[in-house]
Amino acid sequence: MGDIFSSLALVVVGIAIFVAVLGALYWLASQLPEPWRERARTAVFIGPGIILLLGLVIPALLNFRFSFLDRDEEWYGFGNYRDIFTNDNNIKVLANTLWWGILVTGVSTVIGITIARFADRMRGEPFAKALIFLPTAISMVGAGIIWNFVYSPKEYGLLNSMLRLLPGEQETKFFLQDPKLFGIQSNYVPGLNTILIMVVIIWIQAGFATVVISAALKGVPDDLVEAAKIDGATDRQAFYKVVLPYIKGTIITVATTVVIAVLKIFDIIQTMGKGGSFGTSTMANEMYEQAFPQDNEGLGAAWAVLLFVAVAPIVFVNARNQRAMREGR
Amino acid sequence: MTDISAPLPHAVAGATDKVKDETPLMTKVAKATGGGPGKYIVWLIAALWTVPTMGLLISSFRPEDDIKTSGWWTWFGEPANVTLDNYSSVLSDKVGGQPFSSFFWNTVRIAVPGAIIPIAVASFAAYALSWMHFKGRDALSVFIVALMVVPLQMCLIPLLRLFSSDAFEKLPLEGIPSIWLAHAIFGMPIAIFLLKNFIGSLPSEVIEAARVDGASHMTIFLKIVMPLSVPAIASLAIFQFLWVWNDLLVAKVFGGGAANQPMTYALVDMVGNKGNEWQLLTAGAFITMIVPLIVFLSLQRFFVRGLLAGSVKG
Repeated sequence: MGDIFSSLALVVVGIAIFVAVLGALYWLASQLPEPWRERARTAVFIGPGIILLLGLVIPALLNFRFSFLDRDEEWYGFGNYRDIFTNDNNIKVLANTLWWGILVTGVSTVIGITIARFADRMRGEPFAKALIFLPTAISMVGAGIIWNFVYSPKEYGLLNSMLRLLPGEQETKFFLQDPKLFGIQSNYVPGLNTILIMVVIIWIQAGFATVVISAALKGVPDDLVEAAKIDGATDRQAFYKVVLPYIKGTIITVATTVVIAVLKIFDIIQTMGKGGSFGTSTMANEMYEQAFPQDNEGLGAAWAVLLFVAVAPIVFVNARNQRAMREGR
Repeated sequence: MTDISAPLPHAVAGATDKVKDETPLMTKVAKATGGGPGKYIVWLIAALWTVPTMGLLISSFRPEDDIKTSGWWTWFGEPANVTLDNYSSVLSDKVGGQPFSSFFWNTVRIAVPGAIIPIAVASFAAYALSWMHFKGRDALSVFIVALMVVPLQMCLIPLLRLFSSDAFEKLPLEGIPSIWLAHAIFGMPIAIFLLKNFIGSLPSEVIEAARVDGASHMTIFLKIVMPLSVPAIASLAIFQFLWVWNDLLVAKVFGGGAANQPMTYALVDMVGNKGNEWQLLTAGAFITMIVPLIVFLSLQRFFVRGLLAGSVKG
């Protein structure tokens, strides 16, 4: 019980200090004469946010500098970047990340659209959607343990047990150590292990896509669909020609949000891919592996910069799309 | 929205209704798209999505020998064969010299302020960016959106160095507070962005009227803006809470020794060192999931509603 009280005490004290400091500063600001009073009050409102943002800006700039240093922190120019784009292992990492972005985003969004479409006004809709949304709440570490019971080569591995039901002698498969796909091993083709880890993330992301797209579907005006049907459109045509274009903005939001999350994928590679072994590494994982276990901060920083370059355009598309949707409202 | 916030001024209620827009416009899309075989697809996917989690839940109640030698689905043949031993043994199991239960409390210590601090700071900032007038306001807003681009991985190493530099040595940041601070920093751009979208779209007449009546910014913020923003804040808080609760990377980098680490750390450590002790791992994993699942199931309404405020055309 002591644990509970000390936790709560720490929580309450931490928040109380924050509120007290902010309140005191605002009171002080209010004692100033105009026009300083208004300026000081504005500073109290926005100041803490700016200070925290500096904690992001300064490290990001420092990181750019690190990316030009080598393992011993000597100037290395574009050496780290050259190593990334010429080394075979690193090409594999880049290709993997690209496949992650394409496959996981595509499949999650399509599943979201499918469920949202067919579950709409179905009996038991909230329950079915809750089941699909549930994995969103689970940590990557927990997901890794859950899916071990699916992929494991041991007796308790569900997938191997199902394979054994097939006719003929079935050898036990070590799914997460299989870097080939249909017998192909290439830098440009993701291995079976990578595909199976992607399934876990699709399992997590599809619920998000479903919930957001489903709500957008419910916002499509009745008369629009009715009008299309009066004009002779079939159900299918009404969905693809009227409903989907109407919720295009939402679909872009979902896809960009999933892409951003997927490009930064890290924890699951650490737990299920054993830190990127057997050709499962991605950019964010490689950044961590190089900077910490390998102790090559320069190379890790270069990976982080590349991640930034990859994510930046998508965030801007997302932000512009959201603004367009708000203005179109 | 009406069922959760204080009575709203009429004008505001009308305007904010646009944001939720869930039931009243129930469309005939289902009718238009056919309710036939589609529902089987939905239930099939729902079942597939549930099987892995169910496997973990069932496994966590099976005796050690059973877990290791047979699939969890065989439990359906002998449903009386359940035990709570796994839970009691994992709670007293030690990781890095600490009992597993202490990691649970560490997670609570990390996650509650880890969600509240950034949202409190971001609410003030979002109000300032929406309703206070100062030079460079719009440029600052754009800059914050741009910062959403920065992957947290990019800041880990420099931020860690910054925290351990002389300047920060004197601040009481050692351990859990530095995890709070790191989460607050990483969550700031998206929190400000989402809250500004919401707070900025509140009807200006209400805020201008309060200004004319002589209300200060703090009064408007606390009495008008905060109550109206409950749905947005609640959903953001749930997101941030789940994110911090489930986090491994930030805690691992900033937390220092095992005494300050959350449950995710303990679980990963157990996977590494006791990889065959599935009776511990299943129960441990379920304990880490229980709070997110409760939060999720009980607050799903907020969760979904806030998700939509930022991303759905209403």
